[in-house]
Amino acid sequence: MTTETLIWLIPLPPLLAFFFIVLFTNKNKALSHTVAIGAAFLSWLGAMIVFLQAIGVEHFGEHPFAASTDWLPTGETWLRIGVLIDPLSATVLFFVAWTVLMIFLYSVGYHNFGQPAGDHDRAGLPPHGATEHGHAVLSIEPMYSRFFAFISLFAFGMLTLVVSDNLLTMFAGWEVMGLCSYLLIGFWFGKESARNAAIKAFMTTRIGDVFMLLGIAYLYSATGKLSFREIFTEVNLHTLSTIPSGVLGLSAAGLIGLLLFIGTVGKSAQFPLHVWLPDAMEGPTPVSAMIHAATMVSAGVYAVIRMYPLISLDPGTMSIVAFIGAFTALFAATIAVAQNDIKRVLAYSTISQLGFMIAALGIHAYIAAVFHLVTHAFFKALLFLGSGSVIHGMEHGVLHTGNHKVDPQDMFNMGGLRKKMPITFWTFLIGGFALSGFPIITAGFWSKDEILADAWGHNHYIIFGVLAFSAFLTAFYTMRQITLTFLGEPRTAEAEHAHETPWTMTLPLVVLSFFAVTYGWVGIPEHFPVLGGLVPNWIHEFVGGTLAEHPEALEFNWIPLLTSLGVALGGLGLGWLVYRNVKSPAEDKFQFALLKNKYYFDEAYDFLFVKPIYWFSENVVYKFMDMTVINGILHMFGPSTGGIGSTIRNYFDIPIINRLIGDGSADATYWFGGKLRGIQTGRIQQYLVLSLVSLFVIGGLIYFLLLA
Amino acid sequence: MDFLNTHLLSLILFFPTLAALVMLFLPSEEAKLHRWFAFAASLIPFGLTLYLWSAFDANKTGFQFQEQYMWYEAIHSTLHLGVDGISLSMVLLTTLLTPLAILASFTISDRVKAFFMLFLFLETGMLGVFMSLDLLIFFVFWEIGLVPMYFLINQWGSANRNYASLKFMIYTMAGSLGLLLAIQMLGVLFGTYDLVVLYERWNSLDAGSILLGMPVHTVKTIAFWAFVIAFAIKVPVWPFHTWLPDAHTEAPTGGSMILAGVLLKLGAYGFIRLVIPFYPLEAKIFAGALAFLAVAAIVFGAFAAYAQTDFKRLVAYSSVNHMGFVVLGIAAAGLAAGTNDADIAMSGAVLQMFNHGLSAAGMFFLVGVIYERTHTRNLNDFGGLFPLVPVYGGILIFTSMASLGLPGLNGFVSEFMVARGAYPVLTIYTAISMIGLLFTGAYILKGIKNVLHGPLNEHWAHGEHKITEINTREILVMAPLMALMLIIGIWPAWILDVINKAVMALLRGG
Repeated sequence: MTTETLIWLIPLPPLLAFFFIVLFTNKNKALSHTVAIGAAFLSWLGAMIVFLQAIGVEHFGEHPFAASTDWLPTGETWLRIGVLIDPLSATVLFFVAWTVLMIFLYSVGYHNFGQPAGDHDRAGLPPHGATEHGHAVLSIEPMYSRFFAFISLFAFGMLTLVVSDNLLTMFAGWEVMGLCSYLLIGFWFGKESARNAAIKAFMTTRIGDVFMLLGIAYLYSATGKLSFREIFTEVNLHTLSTIPSGVLGLSAAGLIGLLLFIGTVGKSAQFPLHVWLPDAMEGPTPVSAMIHAATMVSAGVYAVIRMYPLISLDPGTMSIVAFIGAFTALFAATIAVAQNDIKRVLAYSTISQLGFMIAALGIHAYIAAVFHLVTHAFFKALLFLGSGSVIHGMEHGVLHTGNHKVDPQDMFNMGGLRKKMPITFWTFLIGGFALSGFPIITAGFWSKDEILADAWGHNHYIIFGVLAFSAFLTAFYTMRQITLTFLGEPRTAEAEHAHETPWTMTLPLVVLSFFAVTYGWVGIPEHFPVLGGLVPNWIHEFVGGTLAEHPEALEFNWIPLLTSLGVALGGLGLGWLVYRNVKSPAEDKFQFALLKNKYYFDEAYDFLFVKPIYWFSENVVYKFMDMTVINGILHMFGPSTGGIGSTIRNYFDIPIINRLIGDGSADATYWFGGKLRGIQTGRIQQYLVLSLVSLFVIGGLIYFLLLA
Repeated sequence: MDFLNTHLLSLILFFPTLAALVMLFLPSEEAKLHRWFAFAASLIPFGLTLYLWSAFDANKTGFQFQEQYMWYEAIHSTLHLGVDGISLSMVLLTTLLTPLAILASFTISDRVKAFFMLFLFLETGMLGVFMSLDLLIFFVFWEIGLVPMYFLINQWGSANRNYASLKFMIYTMAGSLGLLLAIQMLGVLFGTYDLVVLYERWNSLDAGSILLGMPVHTVKTIAFWAFVIAFAIKVPVWPFHTWLPDAHTEAPTGGSMILAGVLLKLGAYGFIRLVIPFYPLEAKIFAGALAFLAVAAIVFGAFAAYAQTDFKRLVAYSSVNHMGFVVLGIAAAGLAAGTNDADIAMSGAVLQMFNHGLSAAGMFFLVGVIYERTHTRNLNDFGGLFPLVPVYGGILIFTSMASLGLPGLNGFVSEFMVARGAYPVLTIYTAISMIGLLFTGAYILKGIKNVLHGPLNEHWAHGEHKITEINTREILVMAPLMALMLIIGIWPAWILDVINKAVMALLRGG
């Protein structure tokens, strides 16, 4: 089998698993997860083989693995679709394959495989627990098989997106993920909040999607191509950058880039379309990890990175990209400080970190953006799975005490979990430190440092400042989270009885922490003091090859490095100092209403868009336009036709035809007959006299008129 | 075999009528017999169409399988039949949907014989429009289709059926009036109604000459609008659309399937077969106006669907929204005829017709399935049904997603092609149509949320009202539709290649 054939096959196993589970094995839980994990494993295996082959090729960027086929007849030509693995997609494929496989495995434990069915559980609600030998124990998810079907379809979407060589199939994967995200966020659709969150996620991202579709249509019209390699030729790029688009003074390249970027703003939850991601935490935790940390939201960033050669042509678009990214990074980090739900903190953190990548791309720090994309996927998936493990442990405690009013996701109900859940604690600590950019040993440090160094090195001082401060907040809220959750003493009886989770959940944590540490070492800058040059800066060499011109390595500078060290250590230290003794939300000094309520964006959007649109649909479009105006006009035809008819009847038919002609002729005959009756006497003599008179009259007439 | 090859179209066309006449002699009380007989009879034209599809040569231009019989010698009208790639795909759609709609109507128990006879007559009427190569015959079939549908709505419909059927009938008839006059004019001018002949003669008219005492241009403009209005009512294009939600909602399930699946296509087909080839110049001049109405249909259709609380009305309005893309594609093709953009837009429009036929028929059927069980269509009366009817739920989500235009399913391919084809020539309209695409999501999700998700409405969970899962017969109705949605979504070339070649021939004059 050639590598290209193998690449075609990578997305297929999860798709087949989806259909197989839905059609055949949905009643059998063990078989369903075996099929799903087996499929994920096959895709993983394929991805690893392709990845290993890719790193073995010299100048891989110039000789990527690519194949394509005719797909859509368009007049005299065909639109071709195909697969492409170049350094960028190989890098992304690597982390996608790993995180997907780990999350599949984790889901087995998370959904309580092996536990009895719940006493009162019903499909559409999270399991409430079962009674076994008189003890309350966790119960298995009623829709266990369905969950594996959905995440399999999701994995298909993500893998399709990564191996695509063109925007169309990339968009297809993108939308399939959108559907799965909708289905999985609304997985427990019995909950009002989950249901609304699902619709919110789908609709908000769809706003971005329709812009993106428009961008694709524009690009396709302008170049006649949708395949990346055919678009990114010098001639095409030059043409696109010189045609004016007529909008905002951007070139065609700029406008296409902007439209595509709006798709990313939706998918990667950037300001102002960020509102869906925190609510998406209503889904089961593996979903949050996979969709909202490692893969789907990363896909948004991947799309702009992929289109970088086009987007980077227009400085106007690039400024917008950089601004949105940096603003989102800061904005979301401030909200994260005031959240008490363990998953919501991570959700805002994700938005913020994606902002880092977008900002990096906006200032042409291509490699740094890719690097952070990968490290973030590993450590954020780790953190989400860790938080799921914590919640799972807490649920154990809740079942033990039987007090279902305790929210197992509220960090103020936790505390001291490091002793109860050691593996979860240590891996979470690694993930948290990576997120904070703890120096040297964590992957997050290297990738974040690279972004800051790029911002400084290319004189984007404002971006540098904003990102540095965001990084400080990141370290601060991360340490707050770790302190509140794991350190100190248990604050509730439930936390007291929390329990470490099964191996299916802890193993993925361990594997992901391995990458959360080591992946940073493949991108140590060459001129870094002491460590530089010990291991080659693989990420720079390899990923840089994707671009036509390999980006220059940056000169080493102490200022960004010291800033990076300062904000990470400072934030972590401060976080610990502030929160080590905090016992309840009331003692938390940072619970500002503005931050707690996420700057009131949900309320504002509801007031400005959601409600007015429904009102407009119902009252203006339907009731007024259709039912009143259009139908009103139509209904006028009925009465007016009737009116014309009755006018004709009343003023013509009845008086003239009926009365005058119809009845009139009868009346006249009747009248005449009545008059004539007088001579019908029945006497023979009178008749003879009349006959005689008639004879003379007629005879006289004949004589005078004819003969004379 | 030879007879089959030379009479294939007339066999497909008249077989349903023949079967309906045979039904006349079957005993009226045997409801089951009528159902199965009608179903079996409708499978034969479908089988013949499959053969037609395989025997059809997409690479040949012009009409194939032509047949011509003397019909009305005095005015030179002949029963001239023939298909190209565009009509072929519509014939396939019709012969596919008819057996499915008949199968869907097996629950009809009132006057079964009459119901299924009307269905078979209806099929002949619709097929006739797609196959005619003679204007007068085209018109005859156009009107014939109305009659059975009128009775299907009027006799087997729901509460408001009298209003709906009358509105449907009168509205379409009013539109046909201009169509008939325009057809008469063409017939008088050229002494023939034959499309193939007319195509050549009509456009070779000298622009400066005088017809009927008026300049050619004026005559053409008048005739153009007469055609356009007739077809626009049928499609329906905004603001001629308000008969549609009424008729679709009141019709029995099988009737709604055919109404949305095929009857709406007659209007769009009229645009493609008659308006674009006969009036290339006018189509170019008035493309902006047509696109405006199309976009209004897309956007307002989506908004109006979002405002509905009646599940069936919601689906009905989705037809307005989706058919808007067909008209947008046609407008763009008219404007840019001769370019690659036009080819793509028109192919997209034809494919969208086919795709909407699949998804709208499917959606109406699924509404019917739940209505038969609950006797309500009010979205607020459902809720949380997913755990009770998981298979139905899965099918509903699948079909909804096809309707929403999810990539990987059929609707996306055609909507993307229309958007792609229209973008360079009708940029602003295409951009605005994206609002409609966005709100397609809103109303589809509203439907899913109110029916499947949400807190369980206990009313349907226990006792006599306990909702039952979709049954095998109903799954059999959906299975072919779903299979096609997926196949076209993943591999559209098998049908699009046929359409594309016919479109090129049409737009580039062979």
